[in-house]
Amino acid sequence: MSKLPPYATTGQRIWHYTFLVICGVIFFFLIAPIAVVIPLSFNAENFFTFTPEMLRFDPEGYSLKHYRDFFSNPDWQSAMWNSIKIAPVATVISVSLGTLAAIGLSQPHVPARRAIMAILISPMIVPLIISAAGMYFFYSKINLAGTYWGVVLAHAALGIPFVIITVTATLVGFDRSLTRAAANMGADPVTTFFRVQMPLILPGVISGALFAFITSFDEVVVVIFVGSAKQQTLPWQMFTGLREQISPTILAVATILVGVSILLLTTLEILRRRSERLRGMSPG
Amino acid sequence: MKLVKILLASSALTATAGAVSAEDMANEMTLVSWGGAYQASQLKAYVEPYLEMHPEVSVTWDESSAEAVAKLRAMNEAGNVTWDLVDATISDTMRLCDEGLVEEIDHDADLADAPDGTKASEDFGDLLVSDCFIPQIVYSTTFGYRTDMVGDTPPTSVCDIFDLEKYPGKRALQKRPIDNVEWALHCDGVAKDAIYDVLGTDEGVNQALAKLDTIKDQVVWWTAGAETPQLLADGEVVFGSTFNGRLFSAIAEQNQPIGMLWDMQSFDLDGWVVPAGLPADRKARVMDFLKFATDTQRLADQAKYISYGPARMSSAPLVGKHAELGIDMAPHMPTDPANSGNVHVYDYEWWADNRDDLNAKFEAWLAK
Amino acid sequence: MSDMTEMSGPVLAADGTPLKRSLNKALRRQKMRALLLISPLLLFIMVSFILPIADMLYRSVENKIVIETLPRSVKALADWDSASGELPQEAVYAAMAADLKDAAEAKTHTKVGTRLNYENPGMSSVFRKTGRKAKKFDLETGGPWKEALIEINEDWADPDVWRTIQTYSPPVTAGYFLNAVDMRVGSDGAEMRPESEQIYMNLLKRTLWMSLLITFSCIVLAYPVAWLLANLPTRQANLLMILVLLPFWTSLLVRTSAWKILLQQQGVINDILVWIGLVSDDARLVIINNQFGTIVAMTHILLPFMILPMYSVMQTIPPTYLRAAKSLGATDWTAFWRVYFPQTIPGIGAGSILVFILAIGYYITPALVGGTKGTFISNQIAFHISTSLNWGLASALGAILLAVVLVLYWAYDKIVGIDNVKLG
Repeated sequence: MSKLPPYATTGQRIWHYTFLVICGVIFFFLIAPIAVVIPLSFNAENFFTFTPEMLRFDPEGYSLKHYRDFFSNPDWQSAMWNSIKIAPVATVISVSLGTLAAIGLSQPHVPARRAIMAILISPMIVPLIISAAGMYFFYSKINLAGTYWGVVLAHAALGIPFVIITVTATLVGFDRSLTRAAANMGADPVTTFFRVQMPLILPGVISGALFAFITSFDEVVVVIFVGSAKQQTLPWQMFTGLREQISPTILAVATILVGVSILLLTTLEILRRRSERLRGMSPG
Repeated sequence: MKLVKILLASSALTATAGAVSAEDMANEMTLVSWGGAYQASQLKAYVEPYLEMHPEVSVTWDESSAEAVAKLRAMNEAGNVTWDLVDATISDTMRLCDEGLVEEIDHDADLADAPDGTKASEDFGDLLVSDCFIPQIVYSTTFGYRTDMVGDTPPTSVCDIFDLEKYPGKRALQKRPIDNVEWALHCDGVAKDAIYDVLGTDEGVNQALAKLDTIKDQVVWWTAGAETPQLLADGEVVFGSTFNGRLFSAIAEQNQPIGMLWDMQSFDLDGWVVPAGLPADRKARVMDFLKFATDTQRLADQAKYISYGPARMSSAPLVGKHAELGIDMAPHMPTDPANSGNVHVYDYEWWADNRDDLNAKFEAWLAK
Repeated sequence: MSDMTEMSGPVLAADGTPLKRSLNKALRRQKMRALLLISPLLLFIMVSFILPIADMLYRSVENKIVIETLPRSVKALADWDSASGELPQEAVYAAMAADLKDAAEAKTHTKVGTRLNYENPGMSSVFRKTGRKAKKFDLETGGPWKEALIEINEDWADPDVWRTIQTYSPPVTAGYFLNAVDMRVGSDGAEMRPESEQIYMNLLKRTLWMSLLITFSCIVLAYPVAWLLANLPTRQANLLMILVLLPFWTSLLVRTSAWKILLQQQGVINDILVWIGLVSDDARLVIINNQFGTIVAMTHILLPFMILPMYSVMQTIPPTYLRAAKSLGATDWTAFWRVYFPQTIPGIGAGSILVFILAIGYYITPALVGGTKGTFISNQIAFHISTSLNWGLASALGAILLAVVLVLYWAYDKIVGIDNVKLG
């Protein structure tokens, strides 16, 4: 693709460059909405569009006031802390239960494997509004609605499919003779797990954890129904803000969240490379 | 958790047996309100003063009044009511009261008398439309318009909303039949006192929806009170209906180019309701707070922060200037004579009976 | 070991038990261990996820309220013939008066009224109005109740009211499901609702249609990008991949906010169009709060879910196939269409089902940029849960949506296999 053969006809040349332009436009469509948010969040005015000062790159047109608002407004702060309190705990639950189950699922003889897999993946497939409705009614009955643990359990359930998928994927390439070798040399199952198996599947576990974390961290539908004001998270606050009083602070929050995504994405990429190297799938 | 709290409360009780009644009261209250400027006015006018008098009490706010009926029903089904006091509109209150989800109130015994000794039931007068309701404010749903988008002839009648030739552009209306169908019928030539008779028939409903059809393409439907001021400020709509206090804060506090169209403003009431089935200590705290928060001075104080009329007659003369802006609040009240020349008093009873039917038809019409 | 296989008789394991039994035992133990590892999670998912959904499904048919609130009337009505067109006997009215008195005291009369109102608009006010008087009923002397009830509310003289109560007295009902497909039980069986009350089938059709459009625009946009990524050298492809993965990892709310500020009438896109003179300032485009807004925003949000599966399929197609086709005399187009494209169909299929499943359940984005015309069935479910409080109908609509999704899920499992889902 990268180079045209020297014998290409004019038509082929035109098509080649048209095609590149089309791809460029699509990449622009993918990234532009996210890119637009970032400069706008430094807007000195309370507008959602570029002011003449901004276009002239006049420093007057830019300011950090929306960020100051985010860090000083108690509503946004409590929303941020709620997100920080909920997502990691939900992630720990998804990852610990999910990793165990993924190891179980990758054993050679698992009865009803397909059915179990289908159930465990279902939280990813079932529309969020249905999960939210069911949890809203059911958690109310068992006094979990409107509580911290209600939200955590709900988010843990939503994160589990991602852990299962990523961990089983690393286990596919896992060489079983390694555990047998460890057992042969006298290691008990627990030691074998932590010393042999875990280091090898760790990249999968961590990327599953990142997915579970971002699922909880970004989740808004279920928390709106299952949570109460005390569990208001960042996405929830953003949702209310977008629906009601859309203030430019939302753009500052959005930019911060884009930063978080970039961080997670980088971690994931590093892990992927490490995992491939460990499993000998790619040369260093 | 709850059990622990009750045990703690009761052991505290035995320890100081025979102490004053304040010891029987829970020290935590969850208040449910609407958020925004309105909740801020409640905070400043009576919640903060009450907390100063009772430093042992702490208050948690839940901005869930919009879903009050749904959430109270779910809590009631679960037998676990976590709210102590809920701010609700009168139409929601009637529904809650009918279903036994909120307590009935003995207004004279539970609420403070006016300073001159007038009984609470007389002081609130006609506003005590439900046995469960403790009115706080009279507000209205009315229209604001962009002063710079209507040319030299600002609108004077609610029917200008339906005039797309004179005032082209989008309008923001609340996504519910209440008020909208009445305005539509009124502007379709139905006499004001015949509106509910006409609405009671299928033809009447169709007539109202047909009138709304004429502007349907130009309507932005809102669900939260803050949306209209935002849409007006952004210039996304020419007209928008919302609660008059929201418009006041956009005009007076944020200096937006917005004008008030008071014609056919729709009066509504908002007040407190006490969820049914509260434990005795929590209920005692709530009733103590209520008595304070709905007395003559406190309701008058609230009007310093937001342009809603106090529900007590005795509060009216005490309404003064805006706490920060220093402007006279009276002209911004929906009840001010200059604003209430032509008002629409919406029939709570009629809507309580017909809300479900009209909702279904309205939703079907919206989806078409 | 080698000695043992040479021995005659059943093959024995080291401890002397027959090898077959020993192996079976080991296999059983292995199965047990696998299940033991899986069971905590399975239990967790059952309680926190599957049970709530089962509970919701039960709500879509549950109807105990009528028989619990009006036990005597339901019994008395059992042998009334609704087709006769005549009103029930005095005994039924007396039973209703007694039931209403109890119900009014327990404040349950409006609940049953609201329930029946879903089926027959007007029932709510019948119960509400009668209930107000019912507390003061004197059951001994207040009769005859037929006249008394009809005097309070003339609708008690309408056989349709009684038919509704009779029809909806069983503890399980199909009423919510009928409602969810715009039908109701009329005097002679199920019938369509009047045109002015038909909402949900159109909404379901719209949801499916818009999801299809979104899926289709995702295919069109994803194909060239996936092709480019699959055919570039790894280093460049990885770099461009970031442009796909970054939106994928960015919060849904961030992306929806971005579209909201881009598409507004006073937003960035309109500003640019006005600035370059394509659109005049007073004729700004309306591209938000309608179907267009929803489709554009959701295509953007779901596009990575299409690109990634397509990319992973295209990566496995050797470029030599295309060259071979061309050297055999195929034109560029024939080579692509006859040789390359058929091999990418699994990727298109996997991506399409995934995008379609995710699209039909969307709630947040349509709610924020969809206005009234661009909303999905999920938005109506949310409305019935938190605003109209018709939880039975919300559950029935949810059950229908769930059924559609599960069929697609099953298809996905058949075609792609859930094990083969790849992330990132």
